Amino acid sequence: MTIPMTREQVVNRYFLEMRCKVLEVAASLDRVDRAEPASNGAADPRLERLQQAIRVLLENGPGRAENVQMIFSRAYDPNWAQ
Amino acid sequence: MYYVEPHTHMISRVTDDYERLARGGCVAVSEPAFWAGFDRGSAEGFRDYFRHLTGFEPKRAANYGIQHYAWMCINAKEAENVTLGREVISILPEFLDLPAVLGVGEIGLNKNTMNESIIFREQVELAVKRDELILIHTPHLEDKYMGTMMILDMLAEHGSDPERVLVDHVEEHTIRPVLDAGYWCGMTLYPVSKCTPQRGVDLIEMYGDERITINSAGDWGPSNPLAVQDFIVEMRSRGHAESKIRKLVYDNPLEFFSGCRRFQFTPREAEAEVGA
Repeated sequence: MTIPMTREQVVNRYFLEMRCKVLEVAASLDRVDRAEPASNGAADPRLERLQQAIRVLLENGPGRAENVQMIFSRAYDPNWAQ
Repeated sequence: MYYVEPHTHMISRVTDDYERLARGGCVAVSEPAFWAGFDRGSAEGFRDYFRHLTGFEPKRAANYGIQHYAWMCINAKEAENVTLGREVISILPEFLDLPAVLGVGEIGLNKNTMNESIIFREQVELAVKRDELILIHTPHLEDKYMGTMMILDMLAEHGSDPERVLVDHVEEHTIRPVLDAGYWCGMTLYPVSKCTPQRGVDLIEMYGDERITINSAGDWGPSNPLAVQDFIVEMRSRGHAESKIRKLVYDNPLEFFSGCRRFQFTPREAEAEVGA
């Protein structure tokens, strides 16, 4: 099953939503920057993962959502039962 | 359009939600046993919960013309207590023979611990032995991928028939391994975690409409019990055929439930003929 819309129709339909979500991320990162940093100066690994995820958005091709999911996932250890 | 809500926790919802579900075309709901927001102190607490799911909720649903089905189990979170888990498993047969009980669920993993895996395996064993359908919860957020893969490993060990198992709460990174292994999958539409209706439709466009069901998993946390209706609207707005939408939100869940030997469902059309 494919999407029964042209690329132009998809952009028309979702442009404002996407713009809104990008702005939300931008404003959220600004909010983090405005807040007092951790007293020990340590970087928050969650923010590092967010930066990795944002870089994925700029890649070409399909699978961005899956790749972002994997950035926020613990790795699978096939020997977990041992 | 009539639709089936295959995963919702009505015990956590007000009666107004049944009314809103009915107004939106929902004709049946299935309610898996889950973690109700706090750890219960004893197996007797679970027995009362199961009585609620199989007694009170079907009556409350019926007031709005909705057929109510339930699933029985000890959930992944409380399964961390293995002793309690085994006590609860021992009382499941009291409820599994009731006519509106569809099988064992939602079992699964929460934090992917060894204790959770012990109780998961024992409940799969019970289900396979009794030839019951199995409904599986996969973990949240960063634990989902690892937990889903662990669950697939354990299901393979038990040789359970993939067509009798539904692995729920799939997202972009877990849908493929579940479908490739031959299982049914459930897609949960949540406001923040799990899938949005838009991403849910994206996954349908990428993976097709076979062995997939759509649910809201409405519960006591941030959730929207009407989310399947949002999915229907999103499908329509993109130009998908009504027959495709109906397959996903009505035919597919009924097909999976039909694997339960006790399952009986009266289509709304048949009810109308009886009443005429």
